[in-house]
Amino acid sequence: MNDHLGRPRIAVTGIGLVTALGRDVASSWAGLMAGRSGIRAITRFDTTGMRSRIGGCIDLPGDRPGHPLTTAARIIALGDLALAQAISQSGLPFPFPGPLTLGLPPVEVEWPGRQALWAAAGDPRHPALVAVAPRVMPGGHPLAGPARALATRFGTTGVPQAVTTACASGASAIQLAVEAIRRGEARAVLTGGAEASMTPETMIRFSLLQALSSRNDPPEAASRPFSLSRDGFVMGDGAAGLVLEDMASARARGATVLGEILGVGERADTFHRTRSSPDGLAISGAMAAALADAGLRPEQIGYVNAHGTSTPENDKMEALAMHQLFGTTCPPISSTKSMLGHTLSAAGAIEAVICLLALRDQMLPPTINQDDTDMSLGLDVVPNVARAHGFSATLSNSFGFGGQNVCVVVGAA
Amino acid sequence: MSLVCITGVGLVSSLGVGREAHLPLRPRVLDESSFAPWAVHPMPALGMETVIPRKEFRQMEDLQRLGTYTAGLALSDAGAAGLGAGMDLVVASGGGERDAALDEAILSELSAIAPEAREAHIHRRLSQGLRPTLFLAQLPNLLAGSISIVHKVGGSSRTLMGEEAAGAEAVRIAAARVAAGTAAMVLVGGASQPARWENLLIYAPFLHQGGWCPTAARPGMVMGAQAAFLVLESAEHAAARGARVLARLSGVSAAPGLGMVPARPGLNVSAHAGGPAAVGDEWLADWLGAGLEAAFPVGIALAALRVAAGDAAVAVHGAGHADGAFSAVVEPAR
Repeated sequence: MNDHLGRPRIAVTGIGLVTALGRDVASSWAGLMAGRSGIRAITRFDTTGMRSRIGGCIDLPGDRPGHPLTTAARIIALGDLALAQAISQSGLPFPFPGPLTLGLPPVEVEWPGRQALWAAAGDPRHPALVAVAPRVMPGGHPLAGPARALATRFGTTGVPQAVTTACASGASAIQLAVEAIRRGEARAVLTGGAEASMTPETMIRFSLLQALSSRNDPPEAASRPFSLSRDGFVMGDGAAGLVLEDMASARARGATVLGEILGVGERADTFHRTRSSPDGLAISGAMAAALADAGLRPEQIGYVNAHGTSTPENDKMEALAMHQLFGTTCPPISSTKSMLGHTLSAAGAIEAVICLLALRDQMLPPTINQDDTDMSLGLDVVPNVARAHGFSATLSNSFGFGGQNVCVVVGAA
Repeated sequence: MSLVCITGVGLVSSLGVGREAHLPLRPRVLDESSFAPWAVHPMPALGMETVIPRKEFRQMEDLQRLGTYTAGLALSDAGAAGLGAGMDLVVASGGGERDAALDEAILSELSAIAPEAREAHIHRRLSQGLRPTLFLAQLPNLLAGSISIVHKVGGSSRTLMGEEAAGAEAVRIAAARVAAGTAAMVLVGGASQPARWENLLIYAPFLHQGGWCPTAARPGMVMGAQAAFLVLESAEHAAARGARVLARLSGVSAAPGLGMVPARPGLNVSAHAGGPAAVGDEWLADWLGAGLEAAFPVGIALAALRVAAGDAAVAVHGAGHADGAFSAVVEPAR
């Protein structure tokens, strides 16, 4: 029941997914296996004049044209669905007997809300907006409000750890959960990520940093990681939930073990806010640290779920780091962001769940849109079609703005 | 389990910097005019641009500058300025700093625009008017990112959101990792810079209005700029590198809700009245204002400075403005 360093092994006993391909694990996985794209034109707000007008959208009953749900409301809705699926599969009770660690984006006052403040104040200046705010938004706008709401919803213990490490947040959440179990603070942890930043202003901000694809037509072809014509990422809504447990307690209560989190590693890059150090060492160092934490050698990794955002920079640096760790012949690596878009704060958690499903079925999800794969990267990207594969451990990569590199090693049950 | 030692403290508030400004606490500095009718304890003049490289300074806004500057103080106080490569980082941070002038300009234009054309107008103005790197100043984890870049801290890096409780949880996690031996040295802390309109807007329902009165008597917050970072390491690690130990940290707890009445009086870091308090508590917000994510790290930092100067053990406790209760004990190093 202990790992190579004498620490408790970490069992996964429940998973949940909400993605642009489906509202649960089965439908999301079926879409990924079919190589289907969940990217489409955004309809829940006006994209007139915007450089990027597509996304992996999960529209909800509360969305009305011109009046979409706020990011906070969508995070809560998506997180609620994914976490509830994971808890239900685990068979653990309500209230959940452990803490919540969740990757999620910061939320802020959005433009519909700002206009409501203006309408109430009759004056666009901030002193007037602040004066009416207690009446218009009486709860304030706490940054981690959605995490608190979800903690209350599921009755988790302790302060919810609302972690943000940009696009590595979901992986960081898993890491915080693993560490809590290893320290003996908890026997079960509810973890995951929930993302709903696809608002006009966030898309504009990413576009100003040249990060988003402007290949709007057809939407399905825009996210093309590792291709020669990749030109940026496509934003996606999504959420994943995982129940992690001390292996001994999971076995003792007769739970079905879906797989294991074998190790987690990270390295902060000290080079630049939005770019990896050109030597690639922070990325390959994070991957190597995850393997060391898992007690595995590189040749024991049978598949890598890439960060693979489809930006020119990321895919080149990730390929470089792959070769630093694995040598000339790397294991197959695919980017499921080609189908789901980049779900930012949720991506690390969604992709860890995808690794568990790949291990369960011994199938690799593809990287779609590979009609011009960048062969200079020297990677087997599982082009276009899912593939049967025999393997027992995978690596999931997540890299974020701010030099955040977090990698998770997932093992078969 | 290892003993958790505090070997470095960086502390900045409206009173100034470090020991000199906080032992004893200087008279409070309150700006009652810039954001009237809301008072704030403002940022002190720090000359941060002389410490943070210009290229990096320009990519940050006040909150990240303040936090990055204060983290540097903690590292040099610990004699650890060159030890960042393997150091772990836990940060509690808000964010959301915006171009408030652009927001006002766009809103003021809307009344002349047909309702159905407003959305596109907002998007066009944002596309043309936003400084691209402002996004990076807005993201909470870019405080940690800035610390990593400026001070070359390259181990693990996690940023927690969630106001006061996040500050306490960050310290709790950092201390737990040192105690368990899974981190050799951790740089942990938070920063808060409320003296911006867009930041006041977020917390508007919780702000105190009217003249100054003691924290224990006010139901709302008077916000204060402040930041604290701590270098935590095990007693063995500190001894091995010959580091001076300022204080020991134990009993760090963070819980949702408002918690129970503290067992003994101490340094109360609550945002406002309403949380549990012991008779005889010293209310830090009387001097510094409410510090959100930074409040608990600031309390620990001040307690460490006092203990290092000869005080007996200090209990630090308090409650968040809307949620969370937390406590810790800072003791003299033997």
